[in-house]
Amino acid sequence: MTENLKIIEIEVLRYNPESDREPHLEVYKVPFSDDMSVLQGAQYIKDNFDGSLTFRWSCRMAICGSCGMMINGIPKLSCETFLRDYYPNRIRLEAMHHFPIEKDLVVDLSGFIEKLESIQPYIIPKEPRSLEQGEYLQSPKQFSDYIQFTSCINCTLCYAACPQFGLNPDFIGPGAIALLHRYNMDSRDGAAAERMELVASEEGVFHCSAVGYCSEVCPKHVDPANAVNINKTNAARDYFLRFLSPKGGSK
Amino acid sequence: MKPGLKRSNAPIFWSLFGAGGMLSALFGPALVFITGIAVPFGFILPADAMSYPKMLAFAQNFIGKGFILAVIALFLWFAAHRIFHSLHEVGIHAGVGAKLICYGSAFVATVISVVVLLGLGF
Repeated sequence: MTENLKIIEIEVLRYNPESDREPHLEVYKVPFSDDMSVLQGAQYIKDNFDGSLTFRWSCRMAICGSCGMMINGIPKLSCETFLRDYYPNRIRLEAMHHFPIEKDLVVDLSGFIEKLESIQPYIIPKEPRSLEQGEYLQSPKQFSDYIQFTSCINCTLCYAACPQFGLNPDFIGPGAIALLHRYNMDSRDGAAAERMELVASEEGVFHCSAVGYCSEVCPKHVDPANAVNINKTNAARDYFLRFLSPKGGSK
Repeated sequence: MKPGLKRSNAPIFWSLFGAGGMLSALFGPALVFITGIAVPFGFILPADAMSYPKMLAFAQNFIGKGFILAVIALFLWFAAHRIFHSLHEVGIHAGVGAKLICYGSAFVATVISVVVLLGLGF
C-alpha cells in the first residue's frame, strides 16, 4: 500500500496529564495520498504508531465542528485541511490555543459550554401563543436578518483565534456572541433586553478590539466579528438611552 | 443569565474612541496636508492662509472653536483608547496606572483646550 505514497512529517503536540509535566512535540513520518486530510493523518498515527494519541473527530465533512486544532499555528478543521497542501514541509498539529489541554489535541471546552448556556441560545417568545393562534410567520427579510448566524457549528476555532479571549478567558467570546445575535435578530424572539445584561457587562462585547481574526478562521462564514461589533453599538445605545426607555432597559 | 454581572462603563470611552476614529479618518489626512504641506510650502493654498490673525479669528468664531475642540479632544480620546488596548495586546497588562495615563492625558488635554478656547473670547 505504501509503495506509491509520499511521506510527510507530522509533528504533534503531546500531553498526557498523568505522566507529563508539560506538553512536548513528537514527530511521525506518515505515508499519505493526495486525498488524505490532516485528520486522516492523525488517524494513521493512532492506528499505526501510537494508539494513545487523542483527538476529537466525528463527521469528517466539516459540519460537526469536533476536529478543530492548530495546524501550523492556524486554527482549522483538520477534516477539511489536506496533507498535500503542506508537503514536502513538515506539518505541526497542536491543541487549539487559549483552552486548557485535557490530553494531546483534546481541549477542555467546559468554559465555552457555560458561556453558550449563559446567552440563552433558544427562542424566548415575545408573548405566549396558543396552538389556535397558529404558527409564527416570518418574512424572507426577517429570515435573512439572522440566517447567517445560525451556521455556527461550535467548533470554537474563533476562540483559538481571538487574542482577547487568550488574554482574558472571562470574555464571552466571538462564537457565543454570534449565536446570541442570532436569537436577538430573530423576529419571533423577545429576549434581546434580557441578553443585553450579558452583552453590556464587563465580560461582554467591549473586550473585543476588532482584530477580526475570528471571522477569518470561521469555517462556516458566520462572521462573528460583525456580530460582536453590531452589539457594541447596541450596548452603547443601551448604555446612554436606558434611562429614556419606558422599561428602563436592562439593569 | 450569569449572576453578578456588572455593567461595563466602556461605552463612554468606546463612543469617544469611535467618534475620534471617524473624525481622524475623515479629517486627519487633510489636516496633515493643509498644515504640514500646503500652507508651509505655499502649495495650492496661499502661505498666509494660516497666519496668526486668521487663525485667531477662526478660534474666536463659535463654529471654529467647536471644530478645534473636536479635532484636538476626540483625536486624543481615540489615541488614548487605541494605545491602552494595544498595550494589552502586546502583552503589557496595563492596569489602573496605564488607564489613568492614557485616558487621563486625553481628559487633561480636553480641559486645557476648553479653557484656552473659551479664554480666547468670542
